[in-house]
Amino acid sequence: MAAVSGVDRRTLVRQPSVLPGFGLTFGFTTFFLSALVLLPLAALVFMAASMSWGEFVHVVLSARALGSYRLSFGASFLAATINLVFGFVIAWTLVRYRFPGRKIVDALIDMPFALPTAVSGIALTTVFAQNGWIGQYLSLLGIRVAYTWIGVTVALTLIGMPFMVRTLQPAIAEVQRDLEDAAETLGAGRLYVFRRIVLPAVLPAMLTGFTLAFARAVGEYGSVIFIAGNIPKKTEITPLLIVIHLQEFDYKGAAALGSVMLVMSFVVLLTINLIHSWGRRRLVATAH
Amino acid sequence: MAGGIPFALREEIATRPGRETLFSELVRWGLVVLSLAFLGALLLAPLATVFAVAFEHGIAAYWRTFADPDTRASIRLTLITAAVVVPLNTTFGLAAAWCIAKFEFKGKSFLITLIDLPLAISPVISGMMFVLLFGLQGWFGAWLQDHDISIIFALPGIILATMLVTFPYVARELIPLMQQLGNDEEEAAITMGAGAWMTFFRVTLPKVRWGLIYGVILCNARAMGEFGAVSVVSGHIRGLTDTMPLTIEILYNEYNFVGAFAVASLLTLLAVVTLAIKALVERTGYKQR
Repeated sequence: MAAVSGVDRRTLVRQPSVLPGFGLTFGFTTFFLSALVLLPLAALVFMAASMSWGEFVHVVLSARALGSYRLSFGASFLAATINLVFGFVIAWTLVRYRFPGRKIVDALIDMPFALPTAVSGIALTTVFAQNGWIGQYLSLLGIRVAYTWIGVTVALTLIGMPFMVRTLQPAIAEVQRDLEDAAETLGAGRLYVFRRIVLPAVLPAMLTGFTLAFARAVGEYGSVIFIAGNIPKKTEITPLLIVIHLQEFDYKGAAALGSVMLVMSFVVLLTINLIHSWGRRRLVATAH
Repeated sequence: MAGGIPFALREEIATRPGRETLFSELVRWGLVVLSLAFLGALLLAPLATVFAVAFEHGIAAYWRTFADPDTRASIRLTLITAAVVVPLNTTFGLAAAWCIAKFEFKGKSFLITLIDLPLAISPVISGMMFVLLFGLQGWFGAWLQDHDISIIFALPGIILATMLVTFPYVARELIPLMQQLGNDEEEAAITMGAGAWMTFFRVTLPKVRWGLIYGVILCNARAMGEFGAVSVVSGHIRGLTDTMPLTIEILYNEYNFVGAFAVASLLTLLAVVTLAIKALVERTGYKQR
């Protein structure tokens, strides 16, 4: 260790540790990630880059592609917004209230996460079809859910729900009840307490949950294709359009659409990181 | 996805006496009913439908689905895929967690980003990347054809796509857990002369075993149920490259609803068992700490 002691620690590639196994685990992890993630990712990027600018724009900005973005991003945004409201209500109910069956409900929240997407797809379609358990009552009101954009939104809402609830639960649990009690003692109304104490405390978690639910929904395939009508430009999501390009052996077109979606995913990941650092800064600011 | 709130804290928050008024009672029950209605329509109704349709024409019709050789072949393929994917991803998860949680090195956040990547991208894109690599017009397509090796539209492609989509689960369960539990015991063991493998098997593994169990069963559930990525690389050859989720799609599109939901009921049971084990692990895990 004497040899290292004089060196500035930051310039070292790895800080010294008595624990063994760094070489083995680092090597295996890097190899695994390179073979399984980086190499395929490179194939996608190079395939898209091998297109001329004109070809790329022709695929990426075609009327069919634009229609699929509108549905994929629009329905995902709407679904994440619905989850913002209902996810908060569910998380609040689970953290703050005691009612019969609460633990079972709490365990069931992860269901969309553990259930294969094809299963939730066909099950949702059956429930919301015009003769389905719920669909028959909605069709009396003149609302068609299955095979329309509403159905897509319903499926994406289900898929995003656990992300919102699981992100919000710890945040709501950490809201300081003392502050709420103090505010009420000082004469604040319930809505005022909610707006000025609860909401600011859970806002970063709400934004994170929203972005996670949105990101998951944009890429979702299995649970959507059954309930969407899959009509080009109307009820066709972007991942399905990629699959159609692949089935026609148009690898370049598929790669172009895929790279557009990848860029969107990176933007979303970046947003989450920014929200995290903003939340931490705010936490530090309020502590002083 | 593990709820990180200590059990005792949750109980304390929920049972703390508040200002009990008629209005607060109304709000409370209103929100509970609203939550249950939302979950009932979106979660419970579809779950119940799976079994209602599967048993629509009685138990005999349900069992007939599994007499079909193609359906049996798809169940076998799903089991083979999971049997290959889950051990490999578990090994990766342990290695990645050891490397990331126990050491400080440059490029660590890049590794973490790569591990999170499959969760952020569409499963369709995950599958497509392998088609671009190994498909007929892909990078290695011509070479593979010359050597008579098939990856796409065959078992290796299905395994690769499933691996890519499901490898983050064990690692993401273990990394925060190992970081939280710290290195003190391991450092003590090494200093007192224990070997590397002995330290791993006798100190680290028992420490993280509950997180490991949950990561593995979640990885297994996702591996058996993966649809988008596998659908892209499988080629849908009946009896050969159709996994259980793909069989559900085919039967459903043939209007064989009993068959589709019968296969779906197996995967639904798998999901229920996964969640039950998760609940069990969480409870036991909290008692241990």
